[in-house]
Amino acid sequence: MSKVRSHILVCGGTGCVASQSEDIIKNLEKEIAKIGYQDEVKVVKTGCFGFCGQGPIVKIQPDNVIYVMVKPEDTEEIVAEHIVKGRKVERLLYDEPVLQQKVEMHHDMPFYKKQYRIALRNCGLINPEDINEYIAFQGYQALGNALTEMTPQETTQIIKDSGLRGRGGGGFPTGLKWELASKSVSDKKYVVCNADEGDPGAFMDRSILEGDPHSVIEAMAVCGYCIGADEGLVYIRAEYPLAIHRLEIALAQAREMGLLGKNIFGTDFSFDIKLKLGAGAFVCGEETALIHSMEGMRGEPTKKPPYPAVEGFNKKPTNVNNVETYANIAPILLKGAEWFSSIGTENSKGTKVFALAGKINNVGLVEVPMGITLREIIYDIGGGIRDGKAFKAVQTGGPSGGVITVADLDTPIDYDNLKAIGSMMGSGGMIVMDEDNCMVNISKFYLDFTKDESCGKCTPCRVGTKRMLEILERITEGEGHPGDIEKLQQLGAAIKDTALCGLGQTAPNPVLSTIHFFREEYEEHINEKYCRTGECKALTKYEIIADKCVGCTACARVCPVGAISGKVKEAHLIDQATCISCGACYDKCRFEAIRRP
Amino acid sequence: MAIKSLDELKKIREASLKKVNLRETGEAVGEIPEILVGMATCGIAAGARETFAALLEAIEAEGLEVRLVQVGCLGYCHSEPTVQVNVPGSEPVIYGNVDAAMAKEIVKKHLKDGEMLQDNVLINTFAKA
Repeated sequence: MSKVRSHILVCGGTGCVASQSEDIIKNLEKEIAKIGYQDEVKVVKTGCFGFCGQGPIVKIQPDNVIYVMVKPEDTEEIVAEHIVKGRKVERLLYDEPVLQQKVEMHHDMPFYKKQYRIALRNCGLINPEDINEYIAFQGYQALGNALTEMTPQETTQIIKDSGLRGRGGGGFPTGLKWELASKSVSDKKYVVCNADEGDPGAFMDRSILEGDPHSVIEAMAVCGYCIGADEGLVYIRAEYPLAIHRLEIALAQAREMGLLGKNIFGTDFSFDIKLKLGAGAFVCGEETALIHSMEGMRGEPTKKPPYPAVEGFNKKPTNVNNVETYANIAPILLKGAEWFSSIGTENSKGTKVFALAGKINNVGLVEVPMGITLREIIYDIGGGIRDGKAFKAVQTGGPSGGVITVADLDTPIDYDNLKAIGSMMGSGGMIVMDEDNCMVNISKFYLDFTKDESCGKCTPCRVGTKRMLEILERITEGEGHPGDIEKLQQLGAAIKDTALCGLGQTAPNPVLSTIHFFREEYEEHINEKYCRTGECKALTKYEIIADKCVGCTACARVCPVGAISGKVKEAHLIDQATCISCGACYDKCRFEAIRRP
Repeated sequence: MAIKSLDELKKIREASLKKVNLRETGEAVGEIPEILVGMATCGIAAGARETFAALLEAIEAEGLEVRLVQVGCLGYCHSEPTVQVNVPGSEPVIYGNVDAAMAKEIVKKHLKDGEMLQDNVLINTFAKA
């Protein structure tokens, strides 16, 4: 080992580099060299801390002290005071706005608690293929406690008291679901895990199964104990081969350790789990369709009641929960209902995992307490919008949800608030859109998805989504006419009211929500045949600004259809009838002489 | 070995408590260093298998005693593959965008010489239950 005793970490994320973190690094190195500490103290450039609002950030290890809003001229003081004398530079510590006290240790910093991991607690920390590592991190303790020290009723009561609601999208109280299933009298009951993650852009269930499969297995066994079931089934899509592989390993190891099988923990309780592979249909995330698919029938929903808790798989009482819901169970039992219900908002307790995707810097999985604002997720955790563009909207709830706009950036996110603003929690996909995204085009994309995934059983969904899509296609092709918006709204409302299952009832949401928030964009498409973002190719017109054109002929040469004419050193012209709006000329022009629509 | 009581579960847990401390805070005297590689679908798609192989090769070439562990996803999809280096007595360090060349550097510089690498350090931004 060398004699390096301290590292100074400087954020090298885009935001911090923009506020001179490169100069800070240079200055720090200079200051350290001046006092001859260059072998003992090293300066390291790091990735984004996700705390761009307070950047540039400098962290000193191993002291674990964070300085914020550091300027290049502060480096002398940091080195002289902190590195040489070991004294903290008070004025650069994070000034916590609520507590009004300086926070120095990074673990104490409220910002770092913006993410709190319950469902993802072990992901990335343990080897998913080694049950001993799961046990080392308190694994199977909750199951052991429940089986040996509590009755099924007491265990269910803890889940009820915790306020945990279904994380698959519906948000039904989990404890209540378990209680309903436990009250059904039957010789056989089933515990089902819904791992049919189908929402485009969401992958938290896959991550949990790949990173911590035992957390789901343990929770399913607890559920079996609570409702009186001895058999569990995981319905997982075949296109998740790694998750299936790790689940199989985990199941085998749990059986070998006696944590699945007969007389678990020496009690009368026996429980085992099988996998059922699905072909990846979106509708199979709906619980009745999922059950039919497991029975070997077509994945089509049936009307409820009867609810699965009364009559489910093989006509026996069945409890169906989502992967993320199960992943919350063990921590709740270990830390108590009070701990869990202290996190979140009044009617939405605990945390939610979101998959951040789209035009955001830090694409990834985040787990945040309910009640956090969209602004915090996008700007503090997500590192802001890519390339410094303007934020336009976020789609939550995937093809069943709606958009959240600038107006609601500060609305606390929970089940009820999202519903109130016309979106929904869904499984947690968050697609971030910037000024370059066309809202009509986005809603067309989602409707195209639901139209494809409609099982075809009920008419409103099968025919209705198709008709809505046809109208949207016309609008984006420049053939929309007055009255189209009203027609979409009418049709959407009818589908919502009459479709058989959740897929159809929510399919019009993206369209209705974008009409509500971005009606003017629809009107532009219909009345002016104009798409402000240029995403709808049929509505884009490229033009050459004669004053700026120097006649270099670059555009004419790159045009794939020969639509540009003009002599050398003279202004060129685009023939609109031939132009296919590919944008090649715009990309090629070095004189900003081509106007993009 | 089948677990038949809470006590037996506890025994298994206690046997690996040092490992837990090493991963969470780095406070684990006497443990050997550890490298965790994020190998969920996202990591593997970004090249984590090559990273893993390069780490293994470098550890053997340097003759170091290091435990190499595959783990799930940390959520930093923007910087896959991710590698976490846990050296006893110091805070765990996470590197992002670790390709095979960078993996060799990590073994050589960070593990052998105790020197953190430039550019690719990620800061852990969450608390956990």
